[in-house]
Amino acid sequence: MEKFHTILSSAVPLPIEEVDTDQIIPARFLKATTREGFGDNLFCDWRFHPDGSPKADFVLNNPVYSGQVLVAGRNFGCGSSREHAAWALSGYGFRVVVSSFFADIFRGNALNNGLLPVQVSDSFLHAIFSAIEANPKAMFEVNLENQAFTIISTGQSEHFEISPYKKMCLLNGYDDIDFLLSLKDKVASFEQGHEKVLIQ
Amino acid sequence: MGKTLFDKIWDAHVVTQVEGGADVLYIDRHFIHEVTSPQAFDGLRARQIPVLRPRQTVATADHNVPTRGQHLPISEQLSRFQVEKLTENCTEFGLELYGLGHHYQGIVHVIGPELGITRPGMTIVCGDSHTSTHGAFGCIAFGIGTSEVEQVLATQCVLQKKPRRMRITIDGQLQQGVLSKDIILYIISKLTASGGTGHFVEYAGSAIRSLSMEARMTICNMSIEMGARGGLIAPDETAFDYIRGRAFAPQGEDFEAAVEYWRTLYSDEDAVFDTEHRFRAEDIEPMVTYGTNPGMGIGISQAVPDVPAGSSEQTFQKSLSYMGLHSGEKMAGKPVNYVFIGSCTNSRIEDLRLVAAFVKGKKKADNVYAMVVPGSKQVEAQAKAEGLDLIFQQAGFDFREPGCSACLGMNEDKIPKGEYCVSTSNRNFEGRQGPGARTILASPLTAAATAIAGRIVDVRDTLN
Repeated sequence: MEKFHTILSSAVPLPIEEVDTDQIIPARFLKATTREGFGDNLFCDWRFHPDGSPKADFVLNNPVYSGQVLVAGRNFGCGSSREHAAWALSGYGFRVVVSSFFADIFRGNALNNGLLPVQVSDSFLHAIFSAIEANPKAMFEVNLENQAFTIISTGQSEHFEISPYKKMCLLNGYDDIDFLLSLKDKVASFEQGHEKVLIQ
Repeated sequence: MGKTLFDKIWDAHVVTQVEGGADVLYIDRHFIHEVTSPQAFDGLRARQIPVLRPRQTVATADHNVPTRGQHLPISEQLSRFQVEKLTENCTEFGLELYGLGHHYQGIVHVIGPELGITRPGMTIVCGDSHTSTHGAFGCIAFGIGTSEVEQVLATQCVLQKKPRRMRITIDGQLQQGVLSKDIILYIISKLTASGGTGHFVEYAGSAIRSLSMEARMTICNMSIEMGARGGLIAPDETAFDYIRGRAFAPQGEDFEAAVEYWRTLYSDEDAVFDTEHRFRAEDIEPMVTYGTNPGMGIGISQAVPDVPAGSSEQTFQKSLSYMGLHSGEKMAGKPVNYVFIGSCTNSRIEDLRLVAAFVKGKKKADNVYAMVVPGSKQVEAQAKAEGLDLIFQQAGFDFREPGCSACLGMNEDKIPKGEYCVSTSNRNFEGRQGPGARTILASPLTAAATAIAGRIVDVRDTLN
């Protein structure tokens, strides 16, 4: 996994609530057997007409907006557990998703792919949308080390939560699986004492 | 202080704790399917490591399979490739596969319970959010992403932050014509699509205890639709009777020993939950959804509401506009051309029996295409043995072969753009059943009654 360094970027606003993973990447694109290429179909049905031409009113088709940060309404990533949603967002080029609330499974999938979910208060989310509205090129700083998200134009900053373990993984580019593999002996001894009736 | 059922099972599976609060959770059973597993196997190959405990993982093909002509090669190339990839991976890594053509094949959350693989007290995961279904047996079951599928294959463990505990109690007697599907749609409509996020739910109360195992599975299945990681119900005689004699259930003395352990699986009287909700069974009507998330549901006698408190006007109007509906409008009476009965929520034999009993001697409305998709080969065989297939045929319903079918717009079964579909599945997201399709979630009875009438009906009116 790629190491996560401090990011200074403009942001793409998506002020819609309850964005489910079927919108992020519709199921008909889940037939691929690799992790690559999903970014091309990110938000496909919001982004393209059935004939493949771009929908002018969708934010990703508006050249005014760009950046590595996606800012969305509350309960982002609800629904299906498909990790393809995280692959699609990363594949498109996002490194950070900001919302006032994330669905549990999406949050985990994002963190496992070096995509940082930044949960902020409703009022701060509103402030971010306002900053982008005032200037579509407004810059934001995402500092994982200090767990701070800053609106550069106003200087407003908010602290965000992340587990110390996941923070360490992101900063160093470690996967969970490396860690779990290192526990092999502990798992084996756990199995010795585990209720036999459960695993027979 | 006493422990909740959830805590009892979780704590018994913690291998070790990580700084920062995450637990390394041991997984007893792992189900895989063709869509969310191929990248995980690639990961194992890249690291040159085997599956640690191959006997604890079971595979099936369900999401991407056609529901007719399953004896033929899959015609769609990408789907065929993905299903073949699953077979190759299971062969290479020594995993049991109930693939297309196998008499145990079916939707992963239907076959686990019906084969007796799902049992009380276990931890169960699958790369599918509706893994919560298995919680009906009193186990901790939840959906995971593909990176976690790889972790379980490699280490039989996942790293998880322990969720908070929520209890939802439903006491009382259900009205005639109200099914467990209506209970869960009612709960989600009250708590919203994010009301359970960060929690694991225990369902309790007399209305829950009186349900069959299949009805309980429908409730636990949709726990994820309120954002909860999973839902579970304390196992009781109903659960033990269901498991007894199933293909992979413990037999004889082993079964009796297992039951003795399963009887210890309940929340202690003084156990404390982080959140509690209570509802009355009598208040629940047949439910339908009107919007584009499962929290947007109403009783059949009610009208589409105005913007609910806490929702944004923009999101709400976008949703109604997609559905072609407006506030104040009633769902009952609305013409519907498509009815889908199936999915991991409602495709078990009891669902099919209920639908067959309702449509027997009746004929679907001319404007309706109605499909019934059994959850597994075993459900299909049982339905045929009972002659349900003939009843469906005579009523003009299309009885298909098992799979996820029109629940998710991935395989060949899709609902056309702009059309309403009354569906027994679990998600009414935009495009879920195909680009532009408009899903109305409901119970199997409401779906059957809609197919007969050609419009949405209050099934209670037809039962009297």
